[in-house]
Amino acid sequence: MSEHGHHEENFFSKYVFSTDHKMIAKQFLLTGMTMGVIAMLMSVLFRMQLANPGEPNPMFEFLLGDWAKGGVMDPNMYLALVTIHGTLMVFFVLTAGLSGTFSNLLIPLQIGADDMASGFINALSYWFFFISSVIMLISLGIETGPASGGWTIYPPLSALPQAMPGSGLGMTLWLVSMTLFVTSSLLGGLNYVVTILNLRTKGLSMTRLPLTMWAFFITAILGVLSFPVLVSAVLLLIFDRSFGTSFYLSDIMIQGEVLSNVGGSPILYEHLFWFLGHPEVYIVILPALGITSEIISTNSRKPIFGYRAMVGSIIGIAFLSFIVWAHHMFITGMSPFLGSVFTFTTLLIAIPSAVKSFNYITTLWKGNLQFTPAMLFSIGLVSTFITGGLTGIILGDSALDINVHDTYFVVGHFHIVMGLSAIFGMLAGVYHWFPKMYGRMMNKKLGYAHFWLTIVSAYGTFFPMHYLGLAGLPRRYYSNSAFPMFDGLQDINQIVTFCAVLGAAAQFIFLYNFFYSIFRGEEAVQNPWKSNTLEWTTPVERIHGNWPGEIPSVYRWPYDYSKPGADQDFIPQNVPLKEGEEEH
Amino acid sequence: MTELLIIVAIVVAIIAIGQVVRIFELANKIKGIKESDITDKDNDTQGKLLLTFGVLFIASFFLMTAKWNHLLLPVSASEHGVDIDFLMSISMGLIIVVFLITQPILFYFSYKYRGRKDRTASFISHNDKLEVVWTAVPAVVLTVLIIYGLQTWSNIMDRSDIGDAVVVEVYGQQFNWTVRYAGEDNNLGASNVRFIGGLNLVGVVSESSYTQQTADLDKNIAKTKLQISEELNANKRVKKEARLAKMEAKKNTLTSLVSTTPKDLLIAAEDDIIVKELHLPVDKSIQLKFRSQDVIHSAYLPHFRVQMNCVPGMNTDFVFKPTLTTEEMRVETGNEDFEYVLLCNKICGGAHYNMQLKVIVESEEDYNKWLAEQTVMSALNN
Repeated sequence: MSEHGHHEENFFSKYVFSTDHKMIAKQFLLTGMTMGVIAMLMSVLFRMQLANPGEPNPMFEFLLGDWAKGGVMDPNMYLALVTIHGTLMVFFVLTAGLSGTFSNLLIPLQIGADDMASGFINALSYWFFFISSVIMLISLGIETGPASGGWTIYPPLSALPQAMPGSGLGMTLWLVSMTLFVTSSLLGGLNYVVTILNLRTKGLSMTRLPLTMWAFFITAILGVLSFPVLVSAVLLLIFDRSFGTSFYLSDIMIQGEVLSNVGGSPILYEHLFWFLGHPEVYIVILPALGITSEIISTNSRKPIFGYRAMVGSIIGIAFLSFIVWAHHMFITGMSPFLGSVFTFTTLLIAIPSAVKSFNYITTLWKGNLQFTPAMLFSIGLVSTFITGGLTGIILGDSALDINVHDTYFVVGHFHIVMGLSAIFGMLAGVYHWFPKMYGRMMNKKLGYAHFWLTIVSAYGTFFPMHYLGLAGLPRRYYSNSAFPMFDGLQDINQIVTFCAVLGAAAQFIFLYNFFYSIFRGEEAVQNPWKSNTLEWTTPVERIHGNWPGEIPSVYRWPYDYSKPGADQDFIPQNVPLKEGEEEH
Repeated sequence: MTELLIIVAIVVAIIAIGQVVRIFELANKIKGIKESDITDKDNDTQGKLLLTFGVLFIASFFLMTAKWNHLLLPVSASEHGVDIDFLMSISMGLIIVVFLITQPILFYFSYKYRGRKDRTASFISHNDKLEVVWTAVPAVVLTVLIIYGLQTWSNIMDRSDIGDAVVVEVYGQQFNWTVRYAGEDNNLGASNVRFIGGLNLVGVVSESSYTQQTADLDKNIAKTKLQISEELNANKRVKKEARLAKMEAKKNTLTSLVSTTPKDLLIAAEDDIIVKELHLPVDKSIQLKFRSQDVIHSAYLPHFRVQMNCVPGMNTDFVFKPTLTTEEMRVETGNEDFEYVLLCNKICGGAHYNMQLKVIVESEEDYNKWLAEQTVMSALNN
């Protein structure tokens, strides 16, 4: 315990190469936010292209240079933008930015530990992530452009530099960056699992863990089990690209040249990729659900409804997430029998998801709701989780997937259920734990403005996409003007773009609020939200080692809000049970 | 320039908002109110806003559906597509009902239970009965959906009547499609990328194609040999020798491919027809076979509810029966210019968005007439 906090700290050891989990959390958050802003601005660019395809836009030339000569965006640049937007959002923002930030910040604080099991491995995890981010950003500036084969980088498109400019050096950098990223994820994940299993304070049994901890714990296990498979997929792809192997390549003639590769199958890559890719969706959404469970309970001043069912559904979702991956592949020519199996397992996920949604709604019922910005974003998450989850019932059904596969219906579905939900969870987490990170409060009114502009523009962006999809519009089209059948859809596209730009602009309110509050925000009190979990028993000063004296013991679950017979409407976990008091 | 001004305007607007908020903050400070505290007034305002949002959200859902319904895909032009559409309406109906129940409840509860200082929340931690109900109800509903969905799926994927299906191959390459008809024997010959050349766009392995390709090769080989014997520059000579070796290797590959291909497949190839349009006879089972030359493509025929990936090195297929001719669909949609389309729906490179194939569904007579006008493989190579 005493190895922390007592040595002299200079700028570098405090802010850069810190092993303090709270500092590492902030590093993850700031890097994640940077990547998020870049990815969001990319989406603004390609949405502007889709609203007025073919019309020269001087801004494109200003920002993209030779990739938009005369203001007309190059189709390859369009594909590069959607590819990097997806990669950054899924991995760098919603995996590292979300899990990395809040697992690091909250795990030691909520389980009563002075730091992570290994502070060094934790710092290493961040620095791998940082290098991986830098490499990904460098790939944006190279002459042949960044990876552009879609964020799923299916070979042979991604394997053959002849296939598109982005499959050259850009793809190599993508692969290197992602390998480092996975390393970061694994180091972080192992640390989270070990810390939660071994370093819980006295009295904190698994059944008294806050739901945030359960969510981060299961998320870390998912990551540790599935990310290595992505590395194998990536390694085989590197072999195919650079060493002449044929894992994914067979019988190909490209640019008039017959390749000698024989016997490989791109479908192998798809299986490997989605074996990570699907659990990844839950790696993204589970932490957000954990965060909102905590926030909704605290701000409803009510216990989370059905704690055990919530834990059970997290575990259920996580288990099922490993046996549904091929629902991304119904129409790849995979055996129809496999299609049946994966339809069955996929639709089962709706059950634990429904349980979670109902439990959230019931937690609000008869509550005394305190609408902090964090609470609003959490309610927003419940709404988007339901809306997006429901359309999953359509997409998970192999027979229906035939006609909506890879259309805008899919884009609408996953942006709402995992994009918006996870971002809402992340924003809720920032608003809620900002006082724990910086000792100050974020501005409430700006938070309200941010929430309302965000939820309106977010639904305005992604809800209409379902109609585009049902009209048969494929995703990843540089322009919808090549087919007369899509001419009527241009109005919808313009509405979508308008909302996307509005939503992006609204995020600057958040950024302003965030950075302004770090330096000038109102000073926080120790427990501003009157919350039960252990992090609010630490001093506002955020010292290395977390608690100045002894680490508190735990006597109850974290959801004793408005418990009859108590003096206040909350009883922190470290308050012993009164005589005759029952544990919920 | 305008863009720059817009950006400047946005920045100024944000700073302005920030300053206004700062004034509020200072005012609060003077009054001794903590800005971050959630007051009853905040809860009241936000609760009402949530309710308003909920109402507008549901209203705009109905509005969008009413306004954009006519833009959605028209009736299915294939037999199995009708089943898909029916399953779709059932599933869609179901999720819309759940949507219309849960969203209003969520926003209504948010409004109804908005916080007040003088109220306390009820301590309700769980309710086993309720939880069993909302686990069991979705489970039952989903069981029905799964069973119905799987039935539809297995009907679509059913291959038992494949015998009399018209076999047509769709071949994808960056960035266009080629179609191969099986000819009178309804049997496609073998194919290999190494046979692609000239008019043999999909690499059909046939004796006539072999004869033609090797004749060309032989001519070139002889020419190169002659050039080599006359070449005085050593460097150029080496280069030409390398070219010669390559051509000879190609000839060997072609020879071994032809000699290892079963005789009946070679014969089956001779009446294959390669074209750039997809004509389909109405009311006949069609087995579309898919291959790709370079990267993964996906052949998407939205009006027939047909989609299947074209994977290099692999054969995929989809069996369906078109039920409406192009003419009938024009009447159905009230659009005189209506055309069926086949589009690429798997990212495949720069011109992915414009990789189209003309699709025409016509009566069997018209189809046969059209097919008879096309050149068969053996004639192509003469």
